[in-house]
Amino acid sequence: MADSSPPAPSPAGTPWAAPPAIGAAPKKPSWDRALPFIGPMVLFVVWDLAVRLGFVKAILLPPPIDTIMALLNGLAGGPLLKDFAVTLWRTLQAFLIAGVVGVPLGVLLGSNVKAYRSVEFLIDFFRSTPSSALIPLFLMIFGVSDINKVAIAAFGALLIVVFNSAYGVINARKQRVMAAKVMGASRWQVFKDVLVWESLQPSFVGLRSAVSMALVIVIVAEMFIGSDSGLGNRIINSQQVMNVRAMYAAILAAGVMGYTLNVLFLLAERRIVHWSGR
Amino acid sequence: MNAVLNGPVYADVPVPIFKPGPAGTHITIRGLTKYFAGWPLYENFDLDIPKHKITSVFGPNGCGKSTLINMIAGLIPIDSGEILFDGKSLKDTKIGYVFQNYREAMFPWMRTIDNIAYPLKLEGKSKAEVDRRMAELVASFDVKFDLNRYPYELSGGQQQTASIMRALAPKPEVLFLDEPFSALDFEMTLFIREKLQEVFMQTGTTMLLVSHDLEEAVYLADEVLLLTKRPTKVAEILRYADARPRTVETLSEPSFIQTKKQSLEIFQREVRR
Repeated sequence: MADSSPPAPSPAGTPWAAPPAIGAAPKKPSWDRALPFIGPMVLFVVWDLAVRLGFVKAILLPPPIDTIMALLNGLAGGPLLKDFAVTLWRTLQAFLIAGVVGVPLGVLLGSNVKAYRSVEFLIDFFRSTPSSALIPLFLMIFGVSDINKVAIAAFGALLIVVFNSAYGVINARKQRVMAAKVMGASRWQVFKDVLVWESLQPSFVGLRSAVSMALVIVIVAEMFIGSDSGLGNRIINSQQVMNVRAMYAAILAAGVMGYTLNVLFLLAERRIVHWSGR
Repeated sequence: MNAVLNGPVYADVPVPIFKPGPAGTHITIRGLTKYFAGWPLYENFDLDIPKHKITSVFGPNGCGKSTLINMIAGLIPIDSGEILFDGKSLKDTKIGYVFQNYREAMFPWMRTIDNIAYPLKLEGKSKAEVDRRMAELVASFDVKFDLNRYPYELSGGQQQTASIMRALAPKPEVLFLDEPFSALDFEMTLFIREKLQEVFMQTGTTMLLVSHDLEEAVYLADEVLLLTKRPTKVAEILRYADARPRTVETLSEPSFIQTKKQSLEIFQREVRR
């Protein structure tokens, strides 16, 4: 945040700059607002043409309008809504476990660099291991159950949260820590007044990636761990019976969920970590 | 029979006798040694810093001006030596510190007013005491901006003003200022410099100022501490006794010009050495 404008002298003779006026920025041309819609529009037109002109068989790809209608009808109280809710609930459970355990664990590990270095390899190794590869292992531990899907998603998400929170503390601005120390803050006070706050922004990055990861694993688990509900289950079942309309609708529903969760997190982050990037 | 038969075979290194500084000394530094990457930055460095005075630290690049005040303020550990404040250790001394980079010194998750009050809260002061001190500070700094904003919502000069207020809030014995103006525009620099002088005249707080601007260093100083290249020694200490408040006129006073010229000569001599 550099001083972009020289402070104007006020009548009192003190050179305090007037607070930058918010909303005084020149208005963008209205078509700028339409830009984000161009991409989806083009996709739909290309999709529609591809089906209409017979480039892709309608049995493999239904027209976009039909798919959207199937999605809307399904979410408006159809069976798709139930699967949507089940997947969302599993994802949130996994995410909550990852967040509640991961953030405190990460912050603690980060504030004790020796402790973090001693488990760093494990975290990095399992963070790099595709969680879906661990599904059989989790099957042995938890059996074919709902807990299994939540547990494996929570595990994958947890590592991301721990890693990001720990690095948030490790990379805390040294000068802020020094400023607190020079004012006479104890180790505990430095931890709770500086380190925890400094780690908030990276923690949010971790939580946001974690919720996406949880969703991915939940969908995969629903596909392959004997499941009778959830979007993953719906996608694979529709595919088996070549009900492509239902399949695409379920895929789009999963997309809607992932996108919405991401946006909600960005909004929460902007509210809570209001100083981020300033 | 009484002779010592097996005396020690090593010679005792005599402990240097502590020599107190002249009357009016606040900070005594004795035998300060600090190595950086195997090279001595300070070796057996002695210095007396006077009380109720502003001492400006000036010297060639890389001579460790900031390192010196950071060691005195306890931000950088020393290898050996002793630093005492009126005979006390740092632990028993209240200090304030103003960083060059105010953006990374303030806590952006707290409102500006809470930033300034933070050292008082660390001391466990009551709400009423904190409020009273805040009112005092706001009055003495003649604050015209909204302290309920977050630091990042303020201009650079306002942030640095707030961070000086924060450093002064607990009424420190010594105020350290590490190039406090170098990230500010000229107008703000002039303004805060005057504020600092006013505060000094009100409170007489001992101040240690690192500056890379010789004019500013002399303008604010009672003593200009000129350092050599590393391994760093004291090149010279110049007294500059013009009356306060110093103003724009001071800059053209013969005594000011003389002190500045002399400082520059010593500085150039040390840089060439």
